[in-house]
Amino acid sequence: MTTAPAQAGWRFKQPSVIPGFGLTLGFSLAYLTLIILIPLSGLIWRSAALGWTDFWAIATDRRTLNALEISFGTAFIAAVVNVVFGTLVAWVLVRYRFPGRRIVDAMVDLPFALPTAVAGIALTTLYAPNGWIGKLLMPLGLKVAYTPLGIVIALVFIGLPFVVRTVQPIMEEIDKEVEEAAATLGASRFQIITRVLFPGLAPAIITGFSLAFARGVGEYGSVIFIAGNLPYKSEIAPLLIVIRLEEYNYPAATAIAAIMLALSFVMLLVVNLVQTWSRKRYG
Amino acid sequence: MEVRVANVRKEFERFPALHDVSLDIKSGELIALLGPSGSGKTTLLRLIAGLERPTRGKIFFGDEDASQKSIQERNVGFVFQHYALFRHMTVVDNIGFGLKVRHGPSRPPAQEIRRRASELLDLVQLSGLEKRYPAQLSGGQRQRVALARAMAIEPKVLLLDEPFGALDAQVRRELRRWLREIHDATGHTTVFVTHDQEEALELADRVVVMSQGRIEQVGTADDIYDTPNSPFVYGFIGESSALPVKIENGEIWLADRPIGLQAPHAPPGDATLYFRPHDVELLDGCSGCIAGTVAASRRVAGTRRVELEIGGERKRVEIELPVDHPAAQKSRVAFRPGRWKLFPAA
Repeated sequence: MTTAPAQAGWRFKQPSVIPGFGLTLGFSLAYLTLIILIPLSGLIWRSAALGWTDFWAIATDRRTLNALEISFGTAFIAAVVNVVFGTLVAWVLVRYRFPGRRIVDAMVDLPFALPTAVAGIALTTLYAPNGWIGKLLMPLGLKVAYTPLGIVIALVFIGLPFVVRTVQPIMEEIDKEVEEAAATLGASRFQIITRVLFPGLAPAIITGFSLAFARGVGEYGSVIFIAGNLPYKSEIAPLLIVIRLEEYNYPAATAIAAIMLALSFVMLLVVNLVQTWSRKRYG
Repeated sequence: MEVRVANVRKEFERFPALHDVSLDIKSGELIALLGPSGSGKTTLLRLIAGLERPTRGKIFFGDEDASQKSIQERNVGFVFQHYALFRHMTVVDNIGFGLKVRHGPSRPPAQEIRRRASELLDLVQLSGLEKRYPAQLSGGQRQRVALARAMAIEPKVLLLDEPFGALDAQVRRELRRWLREIHDATGHTTVFVTHDQEEALELADRVVVMSQGRIEQVGTADDIYDTPNSPFVYGFIGESSALPVKIENGEIWLADRPIGLQAPHAPPGDATLYFRPHDVELLDGCSGCIAGTVAASRRVAGTRRVELEIGGERKRVEIELPVDHPAAQKSRVAFRPGRWKLFPAA
């Protein structure tokens, strides 16, 4: 009997009663190629034309390095802030019933919808040295607008809904009985939150973090108004790309873009690996 | 630990879930709260645990008033229907959780916690699964872990809320026997909630039958089954048949004929006669009996269930006959209940 083909190992397609695997996979691949892969490979192709020495010179340029540091640094800080307060907001929205809860819930989505330039201008007006909040902070020696701190504030604003909207549904699914079980076993309120609830939310929080972070790295519209855009001090990488483009220095622009792409890819990959690991553990 | 529920009333947003319930649970007893859904049995269990606070009344653990204590201080073991295990912890960490969250000197060293956890894992017959996560266990295994977790804190009382409700029939029977063994070995005062009368009667030392926020009857399986004290208990536990009758001169009359049963202490007037379908005596003649026309006859497992139409009103009752009994072939059957009870007409 040699008729049965060897079926060991990985198979291309799991047999399924639901038809359309070939069609949908083909469409997905074609779509992703068109939307993401072709533009990005164009970017890499253009920067590859630059040659290694020139690329390295642009990459290690002080101004480029500072811009990258500011972009990734502020996005990271803003994502951390959003994780803390976004989780808190989600908690309040899920756990408590209060008048106006629906309005607060809807408000969370505003940063999604608002044109980012509007947000940037509004925040700048508020935090400028003569603005409502800036005026109060000035005597404390705290300058927000036109510094990296201002960038962080703009990115916190932009990134908040990403954290809230990823954590909220998972939080809603938390079984009340699990908390009750922990309480009967003698765990205090604080212990229930840190030992039972938080670990269960970790995967969602990590996702929220990575989304907010990715959004922050790429944000342009709101930041350029509040940042002041001082080279070496408060100039973000996306702005530097635009500046290079306006100088018709296309190779430099694509080189910086390629570096951002690589860094973002590595960071999101790490986040994804952490997530896969935690999913495997927590089922 | 003795548990005493004293005149407890519980309202949820003005809707009463329990009316003035009192119950004494003896130390080391295995007791079942049995009732249909909405009878308040789970509410009573949650009140004992401290997961709810009584609107009125008190709950004592021994001589101590537990009503003023928080859930954490009460030291009860609670097992939920859907296990409520901590998903992100291994089996061993789940079981050790109650000891790990303790503070100061009452918290055993890590090594001791691990030893206790694996001891309990032995007790629930799951040794070897220490490093598994709840998602990797079957339903029956999860419920055993939940029980081990509840027992790890040396609880004063063990409370189980429909512990086998989510499991399939086979596993359920197995765990039932096993819970009895564990109870006999450890001697914890145990209260469990169930809507499955077979489970309650088979497992518990005493059964508390509840309905509509009240306790209907408390007693052993024999008490509850043989001498139900209300029409509800008669109807809810086991099979029962009911007939409208009349009491006159200390005798029970069905329509215009006496049926040969004496009720010297019953007040004269209308009443309802309850009896078990299997507890009947078949008669040939009929001077003082209940006679009816066979309306339907069904084979149910080892017996034959016959539906009879009685009297002019064609009131239907069921009786059970041995499978090969000749009466099942006849068109008219006469019988007299063996054990029966009268309740005032509804």
